[in-house]
Amino acid sequence: MTFLNFFISGISLGSIYAIIALGYTMVYGISKMLNFAHGDVIMVGAYICFYAVVRYGLNPFLAVAVAMVLCSVLGIIVEGLAYKPLRQAPSLAVLITAIGMSYFLQNTALLLWSSNPKVFPSVVGRGAFHMFNGNLSVSHITALTIIVCLVIMVALSLFVSKTKMGKAMRACSEDKGAAQLMGINVNATISMTFAIGSGLAAIAGALLCSAYPTLMPTTGSLPGIKAFTAAVFGGIGSIPGAFLGGLMLGVIEIFAKAYISSQLSDAVVFGVLIVVLLVKPAGLLGKMTQEKV
Amino acid sequence: MKKVLVCSLLVLAMSASAFGAAFKIGGTGPLTGGAAIYGIAAMRGAQIAAEEINALGGDVQFDLRYEDDTHDAEKAVNAYNALKDWGMQVSLGSVTSKPCEATAAENFADRIFALTPSASSAAVTEGKDNVFQMCFVDPNQGTASAQYIGEKGYAKKVAVIWKNDDVYSKGVRDTFVESAGKFGLEIVSETAFADGNDTDFSVQLTDAKDKGAELVFLPMYYQPASLILAQAQAMGYAPKWFGIDGMDGILTMEGFDKSLAEGVMLLTPFNADAKDEKTVKFVTEYQKRFGEIPNQFAADGYDCVYAYCQALTQAKATPDMDAETLCPKMIEQFTTMTFNGLTGENVKWSKNGEVTKDPKGMVIKNGAYVGLD
Amino acid sequence: MTMRRLINLKRAEARRIYLTYAIVIAAYIICQVMSSTKFLSSSMRGMLVPICAYMVMAVSLNLVVGILGELSLGHAGFMSVGAFSGVATAILLQGFIPFAPVRLAIAMIVAAVFAAFAGFVIGIPVLRLKGDYLAIVTLAFGEIIKSILNNFYLGVDSQGLHFSMLSDTTRLLPGGKLIIRGPMGISGIQKIATFPAGFILLMIALMIVFNLVNSRSGRAFMAIRDDRIAAESIGLDITKYKMMAFVMSAALAGSAGALFAMNYSTIVANKFDFNTSILILVFVVLGGQGNMLGGIIAAAVLTILPEKLRSFSEYRMLLYAIVLIVMMLATNNAEIKEFLSRLNPFRHKEEA
Repeated sequence: MTFLNFFISGISLGSIYAIIALGYTMVYGISKMLNFAHGDVIMVGAYICFYAVVRYGLNPFLAVAVAMVLCSVLGIIVEGLAYKPLRQAPSLAVLITAIGMSYFLQNTALLLWSSNPKVFPSVVGRGAFHMFNGNLSVSHITALTIIVCLVIMVALSLFVSKTKMGKAMRACSEDKGAAQLMGINVNATISMTFAIGSGLAAIAGALLCSAYPTLMPTTGSLPGIKAFTAAVFGGIGSIPGAFLGGLMLGVIEIFAKAYISSQLSDAVVFGVLIVVLLVKPAGLLGKMTQEKV
Repeated sequence: MKKVLVCSLLVLAMSASAFGAAFKIGGTGPLTGGAAIYGIAAMRGAQIAAEEINALGGDVQFDLRYEDDTHDAEKAVNAYNALKDWGMQVSLGSVTSKPCEATAAENFADRIFALTPSASSAAVTEGKDNVFQMCFVDPNQGTASAQYIGEKGYAKKVAVIWKNDDVYSKGVRDTFVESAGKFGLEIVSETAFADGNDTDFSVQLTDAKDKGAELVFLPMYYQPASLILAQAQAMGYAPKWFGIDGMDGILTMEGFDKSLAEGVMLLTPFNADAKDEKTVKFVTEYQKRFGEIPNQFAADGYDCVYAYCQALTQAKATPDMDAETLCPKMIEQFTTMTFNGLTGENVKWSKNGEVTKDPKGMVIKNGAYVGLD
Repeated sequence: MTMRRLINLKRAEARRIYLTYAIVIAAYIICQVMSSTKFLSSSMRGMLVPICAYMVMAVSLNLVVGILGELSLGHAGFMSVGAFSGVATAILLQGFIPFAPVRLAIAMIVAAVFAAFAGFVIGIPVLRLKGDYLAIVTLAFGEIIKSILNNFYLGVDSQGLHFSMLSDTTRLLPGGKLIIRGPMGISGIQKIATFPAGFILLMIALMIVFNLVNSRSGRAFMAIRDDRIAAESIGLDITKYKMMAFVMSAALAGSAGALFAMNYSTIVANKFDFNTSILILVFVVLGGQGNMLGGIIAAAVLTILPEKLRSFSEYRMLLYAIVLIVMMLATNNAEIKEFLSRLNPFRHKEEA
């Protein structure tokens, strides 16, 4: 039963990684850039939720909606100001700019919201479902996280494969030049992708801080890196891959802590990642690109 | 052009005379980054003390300056050097342990006296005659906690959860584990966490629960501790909890459900809910200025400046003395004087710079601290 | 390409190399003179050694990122290996070699050897991957090194060296000394790193890298970077060349780590985390990939910049972030670049 409990903890942690990883993967798929500021957008989203609920007494779900809208706007602004001018630049230059953006968001948050940790009110309270005479407990927030994660994954997959905008995104991701020739507004498509990615980040922020309820200006950065690892793990650019990678990373992390060593769990997680990439060099579900000679 | 030059010279001269009568006191601490909460609190505490002292208009006046070290030894030395260029006469060391180890070595080499508010590792003062601490040294806290739990008979089977990449947490954990046997405690579960995996504690808590720990010792700051308490409640685990001074602050986190901390015991030198006049005055002032309730770092910073005020007054020091002249005077004062502050009465220092004051055992009842005795 | 143009290109390349050496030597002499005449503030004097260490880091990472064309996000890991092995060596030698510069030199060499070994072991899996996957694996190794060093204990007593993992079970005899103490790192380090030592290390790093780049191997590196498949098809042993650059880069990073660590009285594994790896990458990208002088200048500027921003107190790191973004935009956006070059009255005609 302990094993099952750990498994559920792992899935819970993993679903949060998965939601963040979905945002990473969306943006990577289209712009081929690692948006290191993504983790900080999560933090901003969580702060917006916090203030909406605690200071303005908004309904938690409404608060998440507000955070999604504001984060989407933030995503578009960040993209337009910092990444768009570098569309022709080498990808490393964009990577560094994204890191600059991450510092910028963190330090702005520090000035606006102070360094004191805030305790995030859970969107669904702190209760739990108890099963098997209380030997197995699944908290409400865990259940909600897993459901939301699944819904987002399915919705995103449908969006990308069925809608016009989604098809435009895939076209841009394949070949921007050709997409433009086909009459697709590449800039608008990329902006849209950032908006969606940042909106997802807001949801991830609310769930992350509901499950693990403290909020600081640096809250997003480490989960951001972990989620980025998860996205690569599953095959970056692939939506089911990000989902699978996130879940697996969470489960491996908890199992490593439980059965190997709580001090070395990070080393174990990254060790597994390396082994997976050696066996499947493009991640679990990633596409191997054929090299053209 | 000439006029401008004359004017600016005048301004320069004026500011020099205005500050000429004040002691330049400087410290480094994390004012940005993940550890900013500690640095900013210590800085604000010190600021309030310096302004109070200056407002009284006594012989000792302070010109206080804090520099950001982002909780990093390299940046701390940079910040220390910036303060040295500014003309720092006495130093507040650094707020956090590892950076303070680095700046303490500089303090020792440059003969600038240092009194750190909160850098608690033993290596900070080791082998340095002019570096002193305002807070308990880590090993003392570990032993004191084990003694307290053992002698009062709170528990026999104890679990420890600590933050492995934090010098403070690890230092206390080491001496606690070492001395636990002496006080009849059996450590049944030892689990750690680190930066980057400090959100989910289900494994650590399950381990403690399965091994039958009656009490969980939490040598850490209050932010991870608040997560541990919440997760333990969610899984229906209710042992006794015992924390150290880093736990102080948990009740004042915005949005924290105080019922989670019900019954938590901690050893802390400072308690923002205390009703004595000094504490009430400080807490009210801090809240008025910054809109937050001060934690022990703020109290330590506050006490440091007052301790300096007392030492400088007693030594009949004047602001025109340089750091090297002040250093032996301060060593003499701090090893002989007794200080009454927010974080303790009858505070004394030993020759090696460690502080002796009584830790107060506290327990949280109905969302407030109550003395354990 | 005519022969003449080739010769011209070679000459331009040589000019650039000599210019790099000249600027580094001139900067060293100026700093030394200013430092000895007390013209340099304590703040600047205190940064001389770390700046040298960062410059060497930038040069060494440039070998992987700029010349080899592979992104590495774990370079601080090698710095860490070098820092810990170097400092431990220096502490062990304390009783045997009283002359500090020799001890420092030996420590830096040992650091280079250890880091090179780590580079070799890590290089075997890493170099089989490509692009972002290679980058993420270097990040993973950086984190693993940090995690292991945070749980590593090393002590010495009359019986020799003892080490343990996870907790201190070295059981040293009385009179023994615990050197590396897990997450507490190393304390009480003698500060034997000096600015001249940093300068010498930088010069050695430059010589090694320039010689490598302008040798047969260097041409192979660039062939691999520009077109891997073509390089492979003419029979270049890609893995061998990649490994060579990777190990060399790790070794230099190790020496820089030892130099850096011995400038402070204490060192912890957490110092060499992802953020430090990124910082070094920023030096390389800002200075221009493959441009050694650019990386060196960027390392100096970005180390001094946050110190010069201290007067802005709480807005300091915010301003740093803004400056970083603006610098990246200014050096990489075609329109802004053109605008800037129009402002420059000394621009060369052929560039206009």
